[in-house]
Amino acid sequence: MARYIMVIDTRRCVGCMDCVVACKTENNIPEGYTRDWITETVCGEFPTVGLEIRTERCNQCANPPCVSCCPTGASHVHERGGVVLVNKDECIGCKACLAACPYDARFIHPDGYADKCTFCIHRVEKGLDPACVSVCPTHCMHFGDADDPLSEVSRLLTSRPQHTLLPEAGTKPRIYYLT
Amino acid sequence: MTEFTLYRHNPLLDPAVHVWGWEIPVYLFLGGLVAGLMIIAGVRLLIMRPTARQALVCCTVGPLIGLVLLSAGMFALFLDLSHKFYVWRLYLAFEPTSPMSWGAWILLFVYPALLANALTHLPEAIPALAKRVPVLVTISDYILARPRIVVGIGLANMAIGVALGIYTGVLLGAMGARPLWNSAVLGPLFLFSGLSTAAALLHGILVLTTPDDERPQFADFLLSMVARWSQARPLDTRIAPTLAQADNSFLTIELGLLGFLLIGHLTSTAVHQQAAGLLLTGPYAAVFWVFVVGLGILVPLVIQHLELLHRIRHTIAPSLLVLSGGLVLRFVLVAAGQASHWATALP
Repeated sequence: MARYIMVIDTRRCVGCMDCVVACKTENNIPEGYTRDWITETVCGEFPTVGLEIRTERCNQCANPPCVSCCPTGASHVHERGGVVLVNKDECIGCKACLAACPYDARFIHPDGYADKCTFCIHRVEKGLDPACVSVCPTHCMHFGDADDPLSEVSRLLTSRPQHTLLPEAGTKPRIYYLT
Repeated sequence: MTEFTLYRHNPLLDPAVHVWGWEIPVYLFLGGLVAGLMIIAGVRLLIMRPTARQALVCCTVGPLIGLVLLSAGMFALFLDLSHKFYVWRLYLAFEPTSPMSWGAWILLFVYPALLANALTHLPEAIPALAKRVPVLVTISDYILARPRIVVGIGLANMAIGVALGIYTGVLLGAMGARPLWNSAVLGPLFLFSGLSTAAALLHGILVLTTPDDERPQFADFLLSMVARWSQARPLDTRIAPTLAQADNSFLTIELGLLGFLLIGHLTSTAVHQQAAGLLLTGPYAAVFWVFVVGLGILVPLVIQHLELLHRIRHTIAPSLLVLSGGLVLRFVLVAAGQASHWATALP
């Protein structure tokens, strides 16, 4: 069974927001909302200052608190790739999943239901990459199956040091940032 | 030095998380209050002698008020939903890992349990109503003639009340993403806060239904309304000291649990310590110390202690303080909880 992950090279990401625009276009995200975003973290003091630019989105956690807290089962793990999805026809808009997500990756769609990144599962099922990955001009984003040892993402994870976001929250995020 | 810049502006999340507004604290407060009314009603029903009437206010008036308050709380919860017309979906699934799902199903059992408790002694408490609706007497006689049913109603109210009271705390406590909420103490804390507010409400009702020439004018108005409602059989006030005594016990336990909550966070991770700091010295400290700990717990504790020592007369002041303290506790914890975040630990 596939286990989809995303590997993002923070040394290549320039924060151009092409991924943000591509996501909004592909998924018809309403104005004023976004499923992915850019963060910049500056650490240290001159002259040893470090800058990390990251493109962030739902971490598609292997232990997703948004799924376990959902009272209707609208938030669920998709059978293909373990992607966390929301069934908008079952969501009551209680916002428990928003409160349960340590990454603040979800939002309430203007139509009332909880919305988030889907790893563009509709594209992936057709053999395509997620929209954000496909448009990245610096090729800093990589998508694939972590259970396939020959996949590009598996190779990257073994060849470069990497970190995830807030591993101490215990959600087992599946987006890896190469450093 | 670490500087973090976020290029995102999603409503309810940025610049600060504000997922839940006034509706959830109000619901949690009313849910806890109703839980307390159920437990007290259940206990009083079990220990009330058939001829004794001093506990009618606990067994009848309390559950009747509970029905109204729970409906108001559920309406607040409904207002909070952003996909309102799909609310029925709650009852098409039971998700064992979701406290909200547990709560939705528990609420289904609260209404019949409260109603049964109220109906058991309703003709004695409100004879005027029983005269107009004779079937109430029939139902009451049927229940009272079968002691096993009375015991069952009492036990059901106690059990469901405990479940409801704890659930309101677990609802927040299960959110690992918000360090301030993430504590097992929150369940018992909300249960005992609910018990203290329920005892205060019943104590207040008993005080208001006692004739007193020195009572302020607005209280006279309330008194006349309640007295007219139960004119033929004024409610006995011999239970008032018992309720004040119980309320003091609940308040003391609540104070201890608040201490455990803060100690637990202060001895935990850095984000939990920061979360506790929001209440201890941060932006919510003034409200927390003045309105929750001071006016909501300590002052009514002292007033009710003096009442029990017969140094001062029973008034509605401690009841109002405990009720408002319980409400502010929910508001403070919901707001501060949303302000606490793991993101402070981001690289």
